[in-house]
Formats: sequence, C-alpha cells, structure tokens
Amino acid sequence: MTPWVKPYERAHLADPIMNFNRDPVANNYLHHVYDAREGARGAGIATGGGCGCN
Amino acid sequence: MRNKFEHFLKISCLLLLGSFFSVASAATEMNTPAADFTLKSLSGKNLKLSEYAGNVVLLNFWASWCAPCRLEMPLLNDLHNKYEKLGFVILGVNVEEQTDEARAYITDRPVDFPILFDDQNSVSKQYNVIAMPTTVMIDRNGNMRYLHQGYIPGDEKKYKKMIKKLIRE
Amino acid sequence: MAATNRILFTLGLLFINSVTNAAVLPEDRADLLYHSYDGGGAEISGPSLLVRKKFSENLSASVNHYVDNVSSASIDVITTASPYTEEREENSLSFDYLNEKTLMSLGYTQSDESDFEASTFSFNISQDFFGDLTTLSMGYAQGDNIVRNNTDPNFVRDVLTRNYRLSLSQVITRDLLMAFAVETMTDEGYLNNPYRSVRYSVSDPNVPLGFLYQPEVYPNTRTSHAIALRGRYYLPHRAALHGGYRFFTDTWGINAHTFELGYTLPYKQDYIFELTYRFYDQTKADFYNDLFNQQSEFIFLARDKEMSTFTTQTLGLGVSYEFKKNGAGLLKRGSLNFNYDFILFDYQDFRDLTVNTTPGEEPLYSFNAGVIRLFASIWF
Repeated sequence: MTPWVKPYERAHLADPIMNFNRDPVANNYLHHVYDAREGARGAGIATGGGCGCN
Repeated sequence: MRNKFEHFLKISCLLLLGSFFSVASAATEMNTPAADFTLKSLSGKNLKLSEYAGNVVLLNFWASWCAPCRLEMPLLNDLHNKYEKLGFVILGVNVEEQTDEARAYITDRPVDFPILFDDQNSVSKQYNVIAMPTTVMIDRNGNMRYLHQGYIPGDEKKYKKMIKKLIRE
Repeated sequence: MAATNRILFTLGLLFINSVTNAAVLPEDRADLLYHSYDGGGAEISGPSLLVRKKFSENLSASVNHYVDNVSSASIDVITTASPYTEEREENSLSFDYLNEKTLMSLGYTQSDESDFEASTFSFNISQDFFGDLTTLSMGYAQGDNIVRNNTDPNFVRDVLTRNYRLSLSQVITRDLLMAFAVETMTDEGYLNNPYRSVRYSVSDPNVPLGFLYQPEVYPNTRTSHAIALRGRYYLPHRAALHGGYRFFTDTWGINAHTFELGYTLPYKQDYIFELTYRFYDQTKADFYNDLFNQQSEFIFLARDKEMSTFTTQTLGLGVSYEFKKNGAGLLKRGSLNFNYDFILFDYQDFRDLTVNTTPGEEPLYSFNAGVIRLFASIWF
C-alpha cells in the first residue's frame, strides 16, 4: 500500500488554517482556563500532521 | 495497571529510538531516459525539457507551502548562476494546482532560473514524485542520473558534487 | 492552590506537545500574548511571551514567560474567606531535536506563587510514517509540586503527578486530517486545597445558618484517563471545519464529555476569522456533596464546585490579521490576533451560598466568564 495522498497533493493540508495548533501560546492559555475550572484534564490538541515535506 | 503502562511505554520508546538510528536513503543513482514534457513557464512561454538537450538539467519539484522547498530556493539559485556558463540549468517545477500562491511567492523572492507550472500534476506523476521537494538531475544526453528526495540543510553540497560530475562528462 | 497542580502539569506537557511537528523542526517565532479572564468574581490577567529559535539544523529551543495577576472574589472566596490578590509566575524551557523523521522534545516548567510551587519535566518523541501521512507521538511528564498555606507557615505538602500520553495524527484524504489522543494521569500526595471547606447540616439553635464548615478531605491518589478524537476538514474555496470529542473518567467518579466544533474562514488574503463552540458536561466526584448530612459523614469530603455536576458552554470568536507574508530578512511573517470566548458555567449540585435561606435550598450556582486573548506573532 503506497501513500494515497501524494506530497504534491498536500497543499490544503499544509495551509495554516488546517493546523490543529496554529497559535500554541494562545491555545495553551485557553486550555489552562478550562483545566483550572473543570474536573477533566488531558488528551488536548494532538501533535503531528506534517506538511508532506521531507 | 500503572506498572504495565510504564513497561509498555519503555518498550515503545526503545522501538522509536531504534528507528532513530536507521538511516533513510534520500538519494539514488540511476541511468534511464528522462521523460520529455512541455509546461507553461512564469514568463508565459511554453518550455520543453528536450530544448535543454546538451545541458545538465536539474529538475526541482517545489511548492510555496513547503518549508524545506522555500529554504532550498536561494541555494539552488546560487548553483544555477554559478554553473550556467558551463551548460547547466535549473528548472523549478511548481506542483500546485492553484498557481496564485506560487506566483506571489516568486514575485516576493525571485530566482534567475525558469519556473514551470505543473498544475495538472502530469509531470509529477511522470517522475513519480513521492517527496517534497524532489530533485532530479539529468545529464547532457537526457538521462536521469540522480534522484534526491527532500531537503535538509547541507544537501546543496551533494547537489554541487553531482552537478560538477555531470558537467565534466 | 491545589487545583493548579494539574493545570501546571498539563501546561508543562502541552507546552511540549503544542510545538511538535515531526519531520520538520518548529519554525522560529516569537509570540506576545495579553490574556484576561473575568468571571464569577475572579479577574486574572497578564502576559505570556514565547520565543523559539533554531540553533542548528537539528536543534530548536524555546522559552516561555507567563504571569497571572489574580484578583479573586469568587464564590468560594467570598463565602468562606476574603477577596485576595496574588501573582503567579511560570517559566518554561524546551528543546526539540530532529533526526530524520524522529523528533524528540524535552521540557521543563517552573511555576511559583505564594502557596504553590510546581516543577514539571516532560519528554516527548514523535515519529512520521508512511510518507508523512501518519505521525505517532508518545510522551511522559512528571510534576513535583509543593503545596503551602499562606495562613500557616509550617504547612508543607507534596504532590507527585505523572502523565502518559499517546497520540496519532493521520491524513485521511487531501482535505481531511484526523487525530486521536489518549492520556493517563496519576496524582499522589496532598490533592486538596488547604483553604477549602465542606459544609454539613446541624440542627442546633446556636447555629442560625443551619450548617457548619469543616476542611475538605480528598483521597491521596487519583488516576484519570482521557481519550479524544479530532478532525479537520478543508472546505472548497479555502475554509476549514473542525470538531472533536473527548471522554474523561477517573478514580474519583468523575466522567466528562467534551464536544468542540469550529469554523475557520479566511477573508481576502490577510484575514482569518474563526467561530467556535464548545460543550462540556461532567458528573460529580463520588465524595462530593454540596451539603453533607453530618460532620465527617464520609472518609472523603469535597465541596469544590469543580468536583460537582455541571456543564460549561463556550462561544468563541477570533480574528487574525497577517501583516507580513513572504518577508525576506529578519521578519518573514507577522500576525495580529484577537480572540474572545464567552463561557457559561451551570452547576447542577453546587449552591450559591451568598443567598441566605434554608440550607440545601439555595439557588443552584451559575456564572459567565469572558476570556480575552490579544496577541502578536512574528516569524523570523
């Protein structure tokens, strides 16, 4: 099985609007707001995704 | 439960660290005819690969959204300018279906070598591009001799070495 | 404050995870954020500064300086204590090392306030597979915290927190990205708040309120598991839809569901708008009660509203303006951003004790909070 999305087809995935964590500092802060006031914690924004570049 | 998880974690970390030491080959050498193609260039003219027969050609498949590609561009420009007189040319093949971003990028950061638009991805498929960026070196006889996938700083030295070898042939 | 231990801990881990992206080192950037939280009688604001720089082609480092200026007259504070102001400072340092397709990250965070010190160390390893379509990430973090009491200089307690995390990010189609994450956390030590109390009924004519207070008592261990699934979908003509669900459960009896939905819409070349909605729902801890029937009714006692049955709903709006793209020289890219999130907190079994009535019949508590994030980012 070969990668079904070719690297030259990854323009959309590489767009900043497709980044799960575009602004880490701002996102971390909002997570902190919830963690401080809610009982649940963990499994926040996932890492990875990549741009298809090597 | 916690002990089992820690155990699992230790094993997995070791496996991942193991892969850390495996070297992924990013370059291969060969000697097969390079497929000809015609693409529209930044200047508006259609350019054909076979027009450059007799020259050493470096095909660089790039995209404006690809960070290593952008990093590589000025270094490729230097190589193009340095070896052009010795019969060497770089063709920057942009692989984006929508060319606006690429055109905007090239306007802001111009280069001296031709930029071609492979907006149908026909050439990318012909050359089996499976990494971004991909660099293919074609000798004076139109044969593909060297394929390099990806770009990490320092790779331009490898390109230089291959260019010099092919120029001398 | 006891609640802060796991926040800081999560922050420590988040700080690492938030900037990892296997196969390429994170970009050099600097972010300056002004943050503000205003709700339920508490006002907390301050700056957060992050600077990240590559030192070689394999190594990137970042530092973060964060301050909370707290002015609190929240419901717990005004009913059992008095309004206070406080400052919390947090500093973090992290390193990212890239080798081929493996990214290893190491981080350290130190947080200080008058009655709580937290030190968190975290490690993360991330690997790209399958033509970079798949990224697998694993992490471990450990926090050593010290809890003090401002009213008792001899009071010193420890908390040890461990955090294990696994996540997988997968490209599904050229327009769809999905991510799965699972995280287990264990806490050991003094897990409650040295200032907080629970209340219990008394039918004593000398006690007009009808109830009395005693200090809260929590178990000294807690293990929790969270599992989340998220997706991001690219819509035609450049827009994105994102959503996610997280399930949480722990050994204290709390079960929680979190749903998030968001829409990202670029406008012209320079603006990006974002609309988000979040719904959170949790069940109470086994040992939580707003009003216990008698003193020391159970071994463990809690009346922290965070341990009660409640929901939160958030509506968020954000706008980002990119003032520089494709720059040469020092400034490659720059953006100015503003985000406002409006949160509704609605408690089902925590009562508002500012209203004097028959114990157990006070109105259920609810409040709103407004969160502002105003920040500038530059890439160099």
